Amino acid sequence: MSGDLLLKVELRSDPSMLCVVRGAMERLTETFGFSPAECRSVTRAVDEAITNIMRHSYKGQLDRPIEMLCRRVPKRLGTGEGFEVLLADQGPAVDPSKLRGRHLDEIKPGGLGLHFIRQSMDVVEFKRTGGANQLRLVKYLQPEKQD
Amino acid sequence: MQISARRIEATTIFDITGDIDLANSPEIRKALLKEIKESKTPRVVMNLLKVRYIDSSGVASLVEGLKASRDAGTRFILFGLSPAAREVLQLSRLLKIFEVHETEEQALA
Repeated sequence: MSGDLLLKVELRSDPSMLCVVRGAMERLTETFGFSPAECRSVTRAVDEAITNIMRHSYKGQLDRPIEMLCRRVPKRLGTGEGFEVLLADQGPAVDPSKLRGRHLDEIKPGGLGLHFIRQSMDVVEFKRTGGANQLRLVKYLQPEKQD
Repeated sequence: MQISARRIEATTIFDITGDIDLANSPEIRKALLKEIKESKTPRVVMNLLKVRYIDSSGVASLVEGLKASRDAGTRFILFGLSPAAREVLQLSRLLKIFEVHETEEQALA
């Protein structure tokens, strides 16, 4: 079942665009109904995911395409509606075994992006389709309180 | 993002304004490592009062600064963490490994 489209963005893999996407996500998540903490969380997850595309998929090239779709998706049992973000890039196929993030017990730079993404979102799914990498992120609203 | 440095006796204070992300974290990393490894400044302080957002690459730059400071015997201090910056360091379980203060006065004491 396809969701209702909220926002579609096509951007190049230039890190100077990250703040633009964050600005859009901050406003969109607020409009969608998330709490301030959840808005920060979802914005952070999307920012980290796009950063990963820029660094790892495109190896720092500045002119490669990234597509972001934000959609409203149906609730699950025990949740409110979902906020779905689909990110697609044309980079080489990603090895799924590398999408785990690292243990936080070690003090070292790097490896935190995936951790932030998995902490923030309810669904994190990766697939390869039509020659593109696609990352699906979903965060659900809290269920509406019943009076 | 803007970064500038002030020197007070044996301390260098980096004043950072704006968001820290992949676009500018390399610049911060470079400035920090130069100050610690080349200039061998005894105390390096990061003023984060005007940093609204920091991503994992920014955190990585701070961790690299911390590691370099430990190797060099330098004190490395953060102050003025915003709620978002504090949250990110807590999520990474790194908040406790940094020396963090609320104000510049406390950082320089």
